[in-house]
Amino acid sequence: MDDLMLNQFLLLSAILFSAGVYGVLAKRNAVIVLMSIELILNAVNINLVAFGAHNGTIAGSVFALFVIAVAAAEVGVGLAIVLLIYRNRKSVDLDEVAQMKG
Amino acid sequence: MVAQNIFFYVIAAVMAFSAIRVVTVKNVVHAAMYLVLVLAGVAAQYVLLASEFLAATQVLVYIGAIVVLVLFGVMLTRAKLGEDVNLTNDYWYVGAFTGVILFVLLAVSLLDHFGDEPLDQANAETQIVGNTEQVSDAIFGTYVVPFEAVSVLLLAALVGAIVLARKD
Repeated sequence: MDDLMLNQFLLLSAILFSAGVYGVLAKRNAVIVLMSIELILNAVNINLVAFGAHNGTIAGSVFALFVIAVAAAEVGVGLAIVLLIYRNRKSVDLDEVAQMKG
Repeated sequence: MVAQNIFFYVIAAVMAFSAIRVVTVKNVVHAAMYLVLVLAGVAAQYVLLASEFLAATQVLVYIGAIVVLVLFGVMLTRAKLGEDVNLTNDYWYVGAFTGVILFVLLAVSLLDHFGDEPLDQANAETQIVGNTEQVSDAIFGTYVVPFEAVSVLLLAALVGAIVLARKD
């Protein structure tokens, strides 16, 4: 138990992922939902880098870099959409944004 | 190696606490601050995994840009800066149930499948020196096409965000 294990990184990212899933499902503030999505993406990144180190390849780190870039694009567009919702309805409560509900 | 383990568990405890606080705290700005702790912890874990370029990128992009963007979002949507009791929806217990079940399933399957596998099974010497050179070689060699595609995606997101957010 004096060496770094693969599992400790995977379990840590499982905690982050579960917290993010709870936030996405249970929060009604759109900004907090975006933060929860960041938590989920970071959990994925820890997994990618840990498996990359485990297999001795560089592909995990490279793919994590791509995930970071896509996350930056996602949060930019997401916050623009949240601002638009706020401008139209003076609220960012996701429970009120239900026009597309069947 | 023992020192690495001590660092890992200290940082992991801070990260787990902060991640749960992000989704349970009643103040949106405090949630963003806890998110900073989680993201800094992720950067520290990248250092432990010998990916120091990724750690620097994490600090620059996430803590430097995304958290600032989120704080701007908090300010521009005029979320209450104090406590907001109405932050969770009526079905939050379904989300809590899903999160707990998901974590238990992940933990059981991970412990069952990976057990006591060490992190670096093949080449221990490359783990210590870091891998910035290999990352740059891979990005501008093998993965140059996805790299260019990501730059186009970032441009599209930039234009899209401006088009969405500007006042006509």
